[in-house]
Amino acid sequence: MTTIVDVTDVTFSYGEESALEDITFSVETGEFLGMIGPNGSGKTTLLHLMLGLLEPDVGEVQLFGQPASEFDAGHRIGYVGQRATDRTGAMPATVREVVAMGRTAHAGRSRLTSEDIAAIEDAVETVDVADLLDRRIDQLSGGQRQRALIARALASEPELLALDEPTAGVDADSRDRFYGLLGELNEAGITIILIEHDIDVLTSFVGTVACLNRRLYHHGDVHAFLDSEALSEAYGREHAIIGHDHP
Amino acid sequence: MMDDPCSAEDRPEANSSNPPSIDRISRLRSGLEYIGLAVTFLLATTMLLFLVADWYYTLSITGSPTAGWFISGFQGAGEWIDFYLGSDVFWLRTTWRSIATGVLIGVAAPVLGAFLIHRQMALIGETLAHAAFAGVAVGVLVVTASGSFGWITLHSGHLLYVAALVAVGVALGLQWLTSRTDSYGDVPIAIILSGSFAVGTLLIHWGRDFATITVDIEGFLFGSIAIVTPESARLMAILTIAVVAIVGVHYKQLLFITFDERAARVAGIQVDRYNVLLIILTAVVVVGAMQILGVILVAAMLVVPAATASLLAASFRETMYLSIIFGQLSVLGGLAIALSGQLPPGGSIVVVSIGWYLLAVIGSDRTLTGLSVH
Repeated sequence: MTTIVDVTDVTFSYGEESALEDITFSVETGEFLGMIGPNGSGKTTLLHLMLGLLEPDVGEVQLFGQPASEFDAGHRIGYVGQRATDRTGAMPATVREVVAMGRTAHAGRSRLTSEDIAAIEDAVETVDVADLLDRRIDQLSGGQRQRALIARALASEPELLALDEPTAGVDADSRDRFYGLLGELNEAGITIILIEHDIDVLTSFVGTVACLNRRLYHHGDVHAFLDSEALSEAYGREHAIIGHDHP
Repeated sequence: MMDDPCSAEDRPEANSSNPPSIDRISRLRSGLEYIGLAVTFLLATTMLLFLVADWYYTLSITGSPTAGWFISGFQGAGEWIDFYLGSDVFWLRTTWRSIATGVLIGVAAPVLGAFLIHRQMALIGETLAHAAFAGVAVGVLVVTASGSFGWITLHSGHLLYVAALVAVGVALGLQWLTSRTDSYGDVPIAIILSGSFAVGTLLIHWGRDFATITVDIEGFLFGSIAIVTPESARLMAILTIAVVAIVGVHYKQLLFITFDERAARVAGIQVDRYNVLLIILTAVVVVGAMQILGVILVAAMLVVPAATASLLAASFRETMYLSIIFGQLSVLGGLAIALSGQLPPGGSIVVVSIGWYLLAVIGSDRTLTGLSVH
């Protein structure tokens, strides 16, 4: 097993406001990591640091053995951000065009090859959006949009899938199917890092949990997390108790 | 040129369940679009050839027979148009130069506009046009200084080159400012827009006493066929070729960045470089377009055809195609009104383009919710 992301003693601030303090953990190949924490706890900031979108004030982040901020093999990563950060609500782009974006890192300035087309078709079939290919993405339901964005991420044939609250605004049935799909992808060998605000849902699907609120309160097996005090420490004592039995 | 993500033969049968009437309408629509694009391509190519011939004819001391024949063809056609319309403008080379410039603006501006309006950069063009106005004022001083100090000989035809340099400088400054604030916010745009215009008015006022050339301020503000010089027409020709070539080569990257900048960054695309490229292209196209459209109205050509296309298009590729077609229809319609009615071309072109936009609003059930508000 090799380390895909290695976070060492990372501290990060937005101006005077501290966002993350002294975070250390790693993500191994084939892991399904769920990152959890209250609003403003630094989950998205940490994910951005792990992907090289931000640079830590102190400490170091390695991505596939390279400093994350210098990482240039973008085709090894599939990323789906929070819905507010893309233009799915306004762009006149079809699902076909969106999924094809996933091959941009592979194709560069050249035309898409038959290999690119095959990867796009595989991704489309995997998430079952073949019947939506010629629809504008701004005219799809929340669940359909998210599947299209996952297809874009899968089209790059990534080794690491990074998802930032991908099911926000998606109905419960679509969300459960979506997480079922993520489980299948993880079993197929793709390492997944997932931010999800719903603790109940997250702990049902992931194998490893990183619980943080500026500091890292827990990193490890989901069972150990459920047995620990990390959740109440990160969220405060008044937070609701998780209501399911993890298998 | 631009890649099609999946060619037609690769596509799953997504539309196989469509009724035959819808397929027929779809085919008719595609056919009309391709005809529109083909006509635009032929028109733009002809106008480029005219400008090349015009340039070569001017350069050649003895006069080039081929270039002369080509130009005479335009002037002969112009005489016929004048005869039928009762006008007295189409036989002039200067008129054809202006028409050629307009046609090329109708290609370059909408191509960029399709990206700009979906990147919350709609008013960037307006800001850069105001910066270009300051650039024209700087140009007057540079031309005057070049005569006084015996540098290379510059004349009023070179004003737009200086304006382009100033606009590019401002564009880079704006990009730097917005990268520090993480958005194309209202405040930096408002400051640069009004600030550069203020500098322009001060420089023009200050230079009046000693400048060796006079500037048609009204022409630059509202657009004028008369201020199109051979040099500025050539500038627009070069810019159009550059814009179409660059967008064609980098289409995938520009589309990805426009759709989801952060995901594009994760994919390893040099987002900052593309942002700089896009804003520089916008700056130079705005300078080229401002001679016909005017400082005040030039942004409309970046925004309105692309907004019209976004209402009707089924894909981003179709948005690009329709933007160019609506841009061309607006320029040709506007120039026809301006030339026949002796009206300002900028206002005429913008009114025609907004007419197409209103028709698209009526004919479409889509809204522009979520499009750029800047």
